[in-house]
Amino acid sequence: MMTATVQSRGQALAIQNLSLEFPTFSGAIKALDNVSINVAKAEIVGIVGESGCGKSVTTMAATGLLPKGRYRITGGSVRLFGHSTLTMDESQLQDVRGKMVSTIFQEPMNALNPTIRIGKQLTDVIMRHEEASLSDARRIARDILADMLIGEPERVMKQYPFELSGGMRQRVLIAMAFSCNPGLIIADEPTTALDVTVQAVILRLIQNRARRTGTSVIFISHNVAVVSQLCDRLYVMYAGRIVEHGATRTVLDAPQHPYTQALLRCLPERVAPKQELEAITGAVPNLMQPPAGCYFQPRCKEAIDLCRSRSPQLAGAEGREVACWRRGVGLEIAEQGSRP
Amino acid sequence: MTEGVDMIARPVLEVSDLNVRFPASRDWLGRPNSHVHAVNGVSLQVRRGGSLGIVGESGCGKSTLAQAIIGLAPYEKGRVAIAGQDLQAAQGKQKRELRQKMQIVFQDPQSSLDRRLPVWRLISEPLHIRGGHSSAELHAKAEQLAAAVGLRPEHLDRLPHEFSGGQRQRIAIARAMSTDPDLMVLDEPTSALDVSVQAQIVNLLLKLQRERGLTYLLISHDVALVRHFCDDVAVMYLGQIVESGPADAVLGNPRHPYTQTLLASAPSFETPLPTLAEVRIGELPNNRKLPTGCFYRERCSKAAGGCEAPQGLRRLDDGARQARCHLAQG
Ligand SMILES: Nc1ncnc2c1ncn2[C@@H]1O[C@H](COP(=O)(O)OP(=O)(O)OP(=O)(O)O)[C@@H](O)[C@H]1O
Ligand code: SF4
Ligand SMILES: [Mg+2]
Repeated sequence: MMTATVQSRGQALAIQNLSLEFPTFSGAIKALDNVSINVAKAEIVGIVGESGCGKSVTTMAATGLLPKGRYRITGGSVRLFGHSTLTMDESQLQDVRGKMVSTIFQEPMNALNPTIRIGKQLTDVIMRHEEASLSDARRIARDILADMLIGEPERVMKQYPFELSGGMRQRVLIAMAFSCNPGLIIADEPTTALDVTVQAVILRLIQNRARRTGTSVIFISHNVAVVSQLCDRLYVMYAGRIVEHGATRTVLDAPQHPYTQALLRCLPERVAPKQELEAITGAVPNLMQPPAGCYFQPRCKEAIDLCRSRSPQLAGAEGREVACWRRGVGLEIAEQGSRP
Repeated sequence: MTEGVDMIARPVLEVSDLNVRFPASRDWLGRPNSHVHAVNGVSLQVRRGGSLGIVGESGCGKSTLAQAIIGLAPYEKGRVAIAGQDLQAAQGKQKRELRQKMQIVFQDPQSSLDRRLPVWRLISEPLHIRGGHSSAELHAKAEQLAAAVGLRPEHLDRLPHEFSGGQRQRIAIARAMSTDPDLMVLDEPTSALDVSVQAQIVNLLLKLQRERGLTYLLISHDVALVRHFCDDVAVMYLGQIVESGPADAVLGNPRHPYTQTLLASAPSFETPLPTLAEVRIGELPNNRKLPTGCFYRERCSKAAGGCEAPQGLRRLDDGARQARCHLAQG
């Protein structure tokens, strides 16, 4: 047990080899397979991938937000500031959420109570977690709203959620998430429904506040450009597996995994106008019956026989790994493995 | 001969000084006494085989403009002409024919297709409405169109829910092409799709344009997509066009302060996150009571003397584009 504590020092979140499935009548949906994600203290980490690849399930499982009884953990562990969240009961989890970790979702309307004024919702949260008096809580709320560039915090605190624009509501939620000084903030597509000018402001506000307070952030997005502007490191997910991770600039400037490469090539930004984009043919696998071997193999232009029979594991240097038989360490293993 | 030249030179779509407003409240006699001013004096042209992109943020009037153009939103002032003919002035059969010259593809392929109809019926529906085709002819036409958008023959008898979002968007495109329209309006056609599928649809639309000379009006909030897809672009703010011209000029070197802010905020690999000073927080002003002077004045970081006067869309020194700002000239 000693080693676990030592390892988790300096670490906000350590997800190790997490596998998870959703049982259904027609079979189990294997939503996560062997997912490992590490977030150091004060680090901003991105998770990117297309719809349904498991970005939300990963962080929701780690913070105990998935519907009870509807899923099965089939392997792995999660440590949040050294505490194992997978073994906690609901009251322990509630304690952890808010004190150690807060999540911001895409649609802020659902996260706010429509019948309670903004001010009360904020001060309730602050008082619950900070043991502050009402007047202290009001002061903290006011300061943090001002920090989120909300012009007249006093007035906004008297308003109801529906009276605010989408961008304002999202800033209120970010204020709420930061208000209890959690060590980790999980932002799950927080700007996807917003206009780009509002999005840019919100990304800046998250980044400024996180850097100033040393808060770690996990930023989930399907938009690689957004992640590139905000995150120190990033993980690329495909069909419930991590296929590549590393420092943001390194991964985006020199992507290694065929999926990451294709994902970047199908964006119009790096191509001359009207030129054909490199679309990825086919579709993501059915997670009830994923293909043998590499999950990307049915769509991969570089697939070899080995890819169809054995799953490539993440391999590479510390902090920069790729799961592909045709790359780096995978290639060496592939060659050794094929020797008699 | 001159007649032929005229036909080529005349834009497929001509919109002039279009104003669309909706009643926001009514007095005790039921007469509107305040309005939402959604489109405020828009003029634009799209030439045959060309593409114009309309960019702007939510609520700026893009979709209302598109609906007014295809005849779904009535307008009080201004003119929309398709192939030289005034849409609102037309009556009866002529109006129906003019409407058929324009087709629209919506953002959400899920809700824009009737779930009870098989694919071949969905694709040929506009022709069916026009009338004069046998069932066999409609099926044959649907088969050709399905092939053109990359659907397979066995797809024709299936129902829309059996398809992925990208495939449903292919069905919507085939359907829009069925009447050989003069203009296709694409309202955020790829925003609901994953990027890998978005690329397939963008490639398809560009290929169809090359092969068939289609004319597009693309409504989008995605600056990178418009830059890739369109010849020309018009940037909208509060129901007005604030800058327009060739896409590479406007999006490569914007001159209106709003276009500059919009581009600085658009997420990009090549640039770092903008500072708060560069993007400035602000909400779209209320469009019930339009601002006086420049509509962008309250949010503009360059606002100075002269901005309190109404700003017209003026041609800039580069000759290719127009901007609605007296400071953009220099
Ligand atoms: N409660 C649930 N019951 C059954 N399956 C589920 C449930 N929640 C998620 N899944 C499945 O788990 C997989 C991963 O979903 P997840 O929501 O994590 O994807 P995502 O990457 O967040 O996608 P998006 O970008 O669309 O938000 C998907 O196949 C999804 O359908
Ligand atoms: S392991 Fe094989 S199939 Fe998978 S990405 Fe690499 S080359 Fe392609
Ligand atoms: Mg999600």
